[in-house]
Amino acid sequence: MATRHTIEVTVGAFMALGFLALFFLAMQISNLSLDSTAEGYRLTARFANVGSIKVRAPVTVAGVRVGRVESLSFDKTTYEAVVTLRIDAGIDTLPEDTFANVFTSGLLGEQYIGLEPGGSQDYLRDGDEIVHTQSALVLEQMIGQFLFKKAGESG
Amino acid sequence: MRLESLARLGRGGLGALERLGRAHLLLFAIVLGVGEILRRPRLLTAQIFNIGVLSLLIVGVSGLFVGMVLGLQGYYVLAQFGAAQSLGVMVATSLVRELGPVVTALLVAGRAGSALTAEIGLMKATEQLSGLEMMAVDPVRRILTPRFYGGVIAMPLLAAIFSAVGVLGGYFVGVGLLGVDEGAFWSQMQAKVDFDDVMDGIVKSLVFGVIVTWIALFEGYDTVPTSEGVSRSTTRSVVHAALVVLGVDFVLTALMFGG
Repeated sequence: MATRHTIEVTVGAFMALGFLALFFLAMQISNLSLDSTAEGYRLTARFANVGSIKVRAPVTVAGVRVGRVESLSFDKTTYEAVVTLRIDAGIDTLPEDTFANVFTSGLLGEQYIGLEPGGSQDYLRDGDEIVHTQSALVLEQMIGQFLFKKAGESG
Repeated sequence: MRLESLARLGRGGLGALERLGRAHLLLFAIVLGVGEILRRPRLLTAQIFNIGVLSLLIVGVSGLFVGMVLGLQGYYVLAQFGAAQSLGVMVATSLVRELGPVVTALLVAGRAGSALTAEIGLMKATEQLSGLEMMAVDPVRRILTPRFYGGVIAMPLLAAIFSAVGVLGGYFVGVGLLGVDEGAFWSQMQAKVDFDDVMDGIVKSLVFGVIVTWIALFEGYDTVPTSEGVSRSTTRSVVHAALVVLGVDFVLTALMFGG
């Protein structure tokens, strides 16, 4: 009887250890708690060029992540990219004239959407559109413009 | 003469097909025997003990060392690009997606799968299985089903332990030994590893659990009941399980992360 009991105890300990490892993987490594915030509200923003923004890219205000990119689509009449942002529910005081930029973290890093709050007293609500946007800086275009300007100066 | 060699080829093909068919019928019977372990859960606990708890040491130690090696090698490569802070991402993704499920499956095939095959093969050779049938006890349900479910339950837990211990090993080497920033190690890992990656790893190890225990049980059950036959089945069980796991891993990876 004692051995059977020992087996049950060790199996229980093993399964607890396994689930603990799973919990560790879920929480510490993939940080499930941050991503599973299903609540929150949606904003849209139109960009002439979103660069390499991807779904789930972070949305930040002052460098702090306040949401994620939920979807990307293309408006075939205006030829603009329409980005849907999901902002965390607690961040409900973004002014209406908030400015949305596509930034790159570092020279080679991933792109993200940075919001710069404006001065308006009215706040953005679910479904609103961010009017002021700044497209992604495309390195090739910048180099092209720089060379073109240089050529103009010397010629 | 030529016809004879053609016939041999055909015989070989038909034999392989027949074995495959028997293996699937056996799997079907094993899976359907789930009622037996609901009626006698102790059978299942004993097998989780045999397959899971007794494999814990080898899985844990291997995970630790694999993680530490990943930390060293990853640091060496990443530091050349000035991206040593992404070490956590590299260690965690390679462990959670690939190395955890695959290496655990290979270790379990060697540590527990071979034992299962030898045990069942010897039971058959010493006619214990026939003895059970004489007592009107279905050996598939009584002997094979608990071992199968034990393996399928133990495998994802072992893989999760492997990955978790491996990440800690990478952490010790990367942060403790090589001086990667601790905050960057964890925060980059958390930012880049999705919960989907973890889930995909678990699905993989569930599939591998089915494959490894199924092959081990079938090889044992289908063995030629002699010492030589059992020895051959045991070897074949480990070799086939390893090959199938690696092949299926490629297919699963292509399905999960390819598109």
